[in-house]
Order: sequence, then C-alpha cells, then structure tokens
Amino acid sequence: MEENIILTKHINKINPMAIDDYIKVNGYEALKKVLKDDPLNIIKEIKESALRGRGGAAFNTGIKMESVYNEKETDKYVICNADEGEPGNFKDRYLMENNPHQLIEGIIIAGYAVGSTKAHIYIRGEYDKSKNILMHALKEAKERGFLGSNIIGSNFNYEIEIFSGMGSYVCGEETALIESIEGKVGRPRIKPPFPTVKGLFDKPTLLNNVETLSNIPYIVLNGGSKYASIGTESSKGTMLISLSGNVKRSGVFEVPFGTSIKYIIGVLGETTFEKIKMIQLGGPSGPIIPLEMVDLKIDIDAMRKSNLSIGSGAIIVIDNHFNMFEILRKNIRFFEHESCGKCTPCREGIRQIRYILSLFVNNLANQSDLAMLEELTHYISETSFCGLGQAATNSVASTLKYFRSEYEMRIKK
Amino acid sequence: MNKMIELIIDDEKIIIEEGKTILEAARKANIYIPSLCYHPSQTIKANCRLCLIEIEGYSKLVTSCSTKAEPNMVVRTNSDSVKKARKITLELLLSNHDFNCSICSREDNCELKKVVDKEGINDSRFLSFFTKKPIDNTNPSIIRDINKCIKCGRCIEVCKNVQGLNILEEMSRSHKMMVGIPRGKYLSDILCTFCGQCSSVCPVAAITEKDDINKVWLAINNPVKHVIVQVAPAVRVSIGEMFGLEAGHNVTGKIVTSLRRLGFNNVYDTNFAADLTIVEESYELFKRVKEGGVLPMITSCSPGWINYIEQYHPELLEHVSSCKSPQQMFGAIAKTYYSEQLKRKPENIFVVSIMPCTAKKYEASREEMKSDGVNPDIDAVLTTREFAKMIKQSQIDFLNLEDGNFDDPFGFSTGAGTIFGNTGGVMEAALRTFYEMATGKALANIDFKDVRGLKGFKEAVIDLGDKKVKVAVVHSLLNAKKIINMLKENRADYAFIEVMCCEGGCIGGGGQPYNNQVDVKQKRIDALYHLDEAKEIRKSHQNPFIEKLYKEFLIEPHSDIAKKLLHTTYNDRKNKPEV
Repeated sequence: MEENIILTKHINKINPMAIDDYIKVNGYEALKKVLKDDPLNIIKEIKESALRGRGGAAFNTGIKMESVYNEKETDKYVICNADEGEPGNFKDRYLMENNPHQLIEGIIIAGYAVGSTKAHIYIRGEYDKSKNILMHALKEAKERGFLGSNIIGSNFNYEIEIFSGMGSYVCGEETALIESIEGKVGRPRIKPPFPTVKGLFDKPTLLNNVETLSNIPYIVLNGGSKYASIGTESSKGTMLISLSGNVKRSGVFEVPFGTSIKYIIGVLGETTFEKIKMIQLGGPSGPIIPLEMVDLKIDIDAMRKSNLSIGSGAIIVIDNHFNMFEILRKNIRFFEHESCGKCTPCREGIRQIRYILSLFVNNLANQSDLAMLEELTHYISETSFCGLGQAATNSVASTLKYFRSEYEMRIKK
Repeated sequence: MNKMIELIIDDEKIIIEEGKTILEAARKANIYIPSLCYHPSQTIKANCRLCLIEIEGYSKLVTSCSTKAEPNMVVRTNSDSVKKARKITLELLLSNHDFNCSICSREDNCELKKVVDKEGINDSRFLSFFTKKPIDNTNPSIIRDINKCIKCGRCIEVCKNVQGLNILEEMSRSHKMMVGIPRGKYLSDILCTFCGQCSSVCPVAAITEKDDINKVWLAINNPVKHVIVQVAPAVRVSIGEMFGLEAGHNVTGKIVTSLRRLGFNNVYDTNFAADLTIVEESYELFKRVKEGGVLPMITSCSPGWINYIEQYHPELLEHVSSCKSPQQMFGAIAKTYYSEQLKRKPENIFVVSIMPCTAKKYEASREEMKSDGVNPDIDAVLTTREFAKMIKQSQIDFLNLEDGNFDDPFGFSTGAGTIFGNTGGVMEAALRTFYEMATGKALANIDFKDVRGLKGFKEAVIDLGDKKVKVAVVHSLLNAKKIINMLKENRADYAFIEVMCCEGGCIGGGGQPYNNQVDVKQKRIDALYHLDEAKEIRKSHQNPFIEKLYKEFLIEPHSDIAKKLLHTTYNDRKNKPEV
C-alpha cells in the first residue's frame, strides 16, 4: 500500500515546525514549477487528476478552479475551509498539525492558478494547536520568500491570513463561512450565486477543504494522470479516514478509494467484528449502516447510488451495548443546537424529531409517531435551506431503513 | 425588452420575461403559491420554505421564490408532495406561534392566517413549544410582540436597506433564534425613529402600531368631550385599499361620512393645516434667504425624520425649520382659537388625527406639543389601518357611503395642502408661496415637475429673477443620510431641502395599508396630484380661511402668537438615558 500514500507520506518523519524538513522532501518544488507555467496548465492537471472536494460534497476541484479562473474580476479569493466541526472528523487537524507546509503550498498554487492574490484559512475556533503551527509555518514560508511579494523571484504576490472561527458548526457551510469572515452572523446565503461567482466580499472565491488543497502539490509534481491511477472509476486518489468509536486502534488512516470499510475497521483499526452493531459514516450528519454492510467500499458515486455517503471521511463504530435511540437522539440534539434558525424546517422541525425520538427512548411512541417521524425526516432533508438541515436527519432516515424492526419493537401495543 | 420564455405551470402555458422567478411567473398568471417571507419590494430570503414547488426532472422540491423560471420547465404547485410539505411547514410555524387568532390585532389581514386557512389546517399535529415572552410596548408608536413573529426577516431588511438603520437583528440561533434588539432592550431605549416601516411589512402581528382605538371610543362616548378629527392628505388615496379598492382611489367623501357616523362632532382636513404650515414655513425660508440665516433650511413635518436628526445628527438641527408639522399646527389652533370660538375649555375638546404614520403618535406625545403646557394638543392619533379597523368594527358599509364634506372653517384647503402627502409635495407647495413672497410677482407656471416622482434624490433650480435658488428633495432615511453627509462636507448648496422619512413620502408611511410597494405608491401619488389639479385654488396663501385665521387670530406669519403656537424647538437626543 506504500505507493498509495500521498498526504501522510512524510508525517512523523518531518518536524512540522521546521520548514527545512519539508523542503528536504521536495517541499515547495511544486510551487517553483508552477510559477514558470501558465495557470491554465495547472488547472488542466487538476482536472486530469479528477480530484474531488473532501469536505463532503465531493465536487470536482478542477472544474471549480476553472470557473473561478474564468471570472473577470481583479480581486479573487481562495478560502481554505479548516472549520472541521463535524464530530468524529479529525483528519484536517491531523494534516495541519503534522504537515502544515503541504497545505500552504497547495493554497498558494491554487491561488496562482485561479488568479487570486489573497487566501484565508478559516480555522475551527477550538483548533488552537493547529492554528499556532500554521501561524509558525506561514511566518517561515514568508521568510523564505514563498509568500509575500515576488514569490521566489516571480511577479506573483500572495498573502494568507488565518481567520479563527467562533464555534458555530454551520460556519463549515461554505456561504455561512464567507459571511463569518465578512464579520456577519454565520448564516448561509442563498445559492446561486455560488461562491465561485460571488463569494467573499462578493468576489469570485475558490473555497476548498484542507485535505483537498493538500493534494495539489503532489498532483503538480507527479501529474494528474498519476494521481488518477489510484482509486476507483468515480473516485480518484486517496482519502483520509478518521476512525473512532468502539475500535481497538482509532486515528487517521489514508486509504485509496475502493478500500472496504471492513479492511479499515478490521485491519487498520485492529478490531474484531462480533460486538459491532452499527457503523456511522461521515459523522452525525451521515447514515448509520448495519454490520452486514461492512463490505461496502469507499467510493463516492457507488455509495451515492445506495443513498449513502462517507462525508468527509469519518467512520464511527458503535457496538451492541448502546441503545440506538439514545445515539440518534444525541445526533439530533447536536443539530438542534447548531441550527442557525434561519429556515422553518431546520429551526422548528429538528426539535420535533428529537421529541419523537425521546418517545422511542422511553417506549412511549405509537404507530402515528413512527409515521410522523418518517414524514418529517424526509421533509427536513428535502426542504431545508442549507446542507446542515438537509443532512441532519440522515442518521434517522438510514436507521428507519436498516433497523426498522427496532422501531417497531418499541411501539406501544 | 427582455427575451420571453415559455414554461408550464400546472398544465398551463405561461409566457414570462427571462430572469423572472417561478413565483413571479405564477403570480402573473394568477396561479396560487403561498408565501410568507417573500415581499415584492425586498430581496429573496427563502427562509420560510412555504413556496415549495415540484419541477419535473428535479430530485427535490425547490422554493419558487428563489428559482428562476427556465424555458420548457414543467412545474407543479399542487402535487401530493408539495401539499404535504406545505402543510408541515405551516404546522411547524404554528407549533411555535401564539395563534390566539380570535383576539389578534391583525384580524382578517394576517398573511399567516390566510395561508393556513387556504390549506385547510385546523391544528398542528406537532407538539407546541410555544412559551409566552414579554411584549415591547414601552413607546407611544410601535408594539413588538415576538410571540407572533415567524422570523421572516422583512422588518430587519426594511430597517436596514430602506431606512439605513439597524434597529432590529436576528439574534441567537436554532429555535431560540428571534428578531430583536441586542441586550434585551426595548425600542424606546434605542435610537428607533418610530417610522413604522417594519410594521407595514410584517406579515403577522409581531410588529404593529400601538392601538389607540379604545382611547378614541372612550372620548366619543364621553358626553363632556367635544371630539373633532383631522384627516391627513395621504389617507384619502389609500384607505380604499383596505376595503378592496385599487390603490389610488380618492375616497375623501366616504371618509368624512364614516367619521360622522362613528360619532365625531366635527370633521376637518389636515390639508388646511398644511396650508397654514406652508405660509409659516415659506415665510421662514424667505426670512432666512433675505437675512442671511442658516441655509439650507430643511422641512420639519415628518416626525420620523425629526426623530432621526435629533437622535443621530443633532449638530445639524439649526437647519431644520422651526415650524410644527400640520398635525400639530392643527392641534394648537384647535385648543386655542377654536376653543375660544366654541366657548369650550380646551381640556374638553378631544382632537383625533388620522395619519398614515406611526411616528405621529410619538410626535403628539412630545412635551413641546402642549399649547397650555399641560394638555396635549393632539389627544389621539390613529393610523390609516386603525381607522379602517374602526370602520369595520362599526359595521359601516364604507364603499356604499354617500360622500360628505369637511366642516368649516378647517375643512377648506388648496391643492398645495393636498400634495403634502407625497414626496416633493411640501417642496412644491412651499415654492408656490415662497416665489410670490420673494418676487412679489404672481407665479404663472405652478407645476414644479422636477421635484415629483419616486426618484430617491431630486433637485431643482428656481429662478427668482434677480437670483436662482437650488432645492433638493429626498425620501427614506437612507437618502436622508446622503443629504446629511453633503451638509457635513459643505457640499449642499441648496436653499431648501425637503426630507420625508418614508419612501414615497407620507403615502408610503408606516401606518398605511399593507402592500406598500412601488406601483401602489405611484398610484397613490398620482391620485394626490389629480386632486391638486382639480382644486380651484392651488397656492396655500390664497386659502381664504387661512387669510381669515390670520386676520382674526394669528395677525401675520411669525407674529408672537404664531411663533408661540405654530413653532417649536428641537433637542439633542443622541444619548438616550439608559433605561
């Protein structure tokens, strides 16, 4: 598997606080290479790599870059979404704390490619350590002339600014994140216009996740086709998995697309399967699947076909001493707390879901509660304004599908 | 002309301009899609999720307010999934709403109740999380009852985008999210101008004018009180809308008759007081221009504007005309001259005004507005909406009333007094009188068309023979702010500026019938100019009853008694006392 390691290759081998360590492993070579090149060639390579966003939506990164490139505005921005707020996800933190320069190099290249002169890293408020390491890395990069004016002798100028989030989950949603940087309350904007057309301060903005941007130096140095040779038909490259829950060995693992969940839990997580009852994919906003589906492979489009998603790569293993309804209620409480309150389904609907779940927890639900839960779950995901509400009831919807008998068992006779 | 496109909504072919939304296309074709946060004069918010529709080939329902109509789209507004989603949305709103509809002040014009009724919803299937929160009723103009709020955000937008203020905000999140004032303050604690625009866009009863109807009923039914009423110019061309008439219908005669039926002893016209204001104000301008007083002079008849400048830019107060507004001039004359004529004590005369405005309620409560120093000159102010409610309460068949005439002596007015109700009207009326004062010549062409219309910022130059003077007209506080900035930077080389707090002037006031949008405003304005044109006398100083009033009582403009009764002073209210 060694040849299929891209993002974590140098982790634990280099000191994140020392830029020279990064330079020794070909660091900033990709930047040197692109600065002599036409930005369109970089975008071509990224498109060829078929890299897709790792924040959960899995949009084609090259196409996104191209649309920002095509906008005729002098001011353009790049934003790195480092607001890793979904519980169970900790791979962006892992990248920032262990190889900050890989991310910074990716951001500068993306900025050069789309014609921007400034980037913001929107970092989760609680990520103090990541923030300090990044700040140190930015300082070093500036001292070495990889940031600032006339970067390594070229005409290209670039600045990266860190913006610390204030603890709101919804700010991970791209337009809410933009509002937050603008100094407004973090509430999502209406789309279209998309950020690629009107983003930060109404200027074209490339907004990508930490992991997505960290892939860019590798693609530039090794070519898009090399990257695309890893993975499956619909999903190229590798993905970082944040594995947690009832596993022997939790942590961040880099796997090529096409790896099965069974391999991740069994081999990487060194865990046996007899006690496992459910596996939640992506975090509280993701579906819960039964153990029988453990052979499922990590593949964006194939999973979508079965209404599943890995989100930004979390796998949470839950064993059989947990009550499913308590887990669900906990999930829903999280979204109830984090809803921004803007739209009716999310603001008023989620707490009704929580209420019905508490009836199930206490064995007080009846047949009409089950029917209402089903209707409301579908309604909230279909009608909410932004991704938060649209995904909030995934856990309930998936358990209604895969664990239906548990619901029926608890209905008052 | 934009390209036209064709789409199908509910099996009907609709042709509409490219770039319009599905909701606009449906409304144009008279196809019903319910909506709450949508307002034709505002940005698209898509908060309420009520206007969901189904489009063939789309995997999810979409909100029609935020989705552009595209060629050959096939849209369903009544499919099973649309109906189901619509029902849940409304039930969820009701699960956190004080739906005590039978005692709600919105009565039959609540937008929420209308859509709930249309969907045939009797109750919410959801658990009610509603808990009653305190009501903000500490000021004389506006009441905020967040128990009714559906969080559509219209009030926040009108305050911010039209008035340039930030009084209301979306606070907190999740189901605690509410529209309010930071740190739990009340409207009276902060620099709200009481313009009431928020109340005129609120779909429910979360923001309303303070209800003074009962106060008026008590006075009418008190045998000791002689109750008189004045009607502002803007009311006559808008109140018809509350009874199903199109905007811009002049119903002056029916207003007079209905007021008599309600039991008012005498019915007078604020237009008369507007003529009086013009005589005093034109003379003030004439004096300032002649004697080198502070210029530009700015109008003072819009109480929202007065609140704004007193609270935000008090250093510029010397520019503001010392004239009281027509409402207050009427009150002062009623409690002095009229009371003497009638041989009744002023405290036994109860003066009501029917105004398009919520800030007028505050103005009437001001300490400066008591001619005897004790009793207010105006005892109660009703908005156009409250007046319509009073007519409905009394089961008066408004549309079939005979036309009545205002009583003398305060019922006669000129065309100049009439156009006080719209932006540019005060300016035009003043210029008709000022020109003749300044030149001593009769003004031949009295139509000052440059100052008319809904443009936010208007300018005109008046040729006085030996010199020319520049004037400007602005409406809405956002535009007022522009002129304030010009004043502060010494770029305002005008002699006279008219400022109206609300967009369109008083016809667009915060107390006017709902659906206060641009086309409606234009129709109301047109109606006022028609009234002006139809008048025999169109210059305020030629009003024979005004001439009589000066002869018998006021002597001349700016006489001692005129100054005492018809002029006022302003205060620096930048720092409101902490409450």
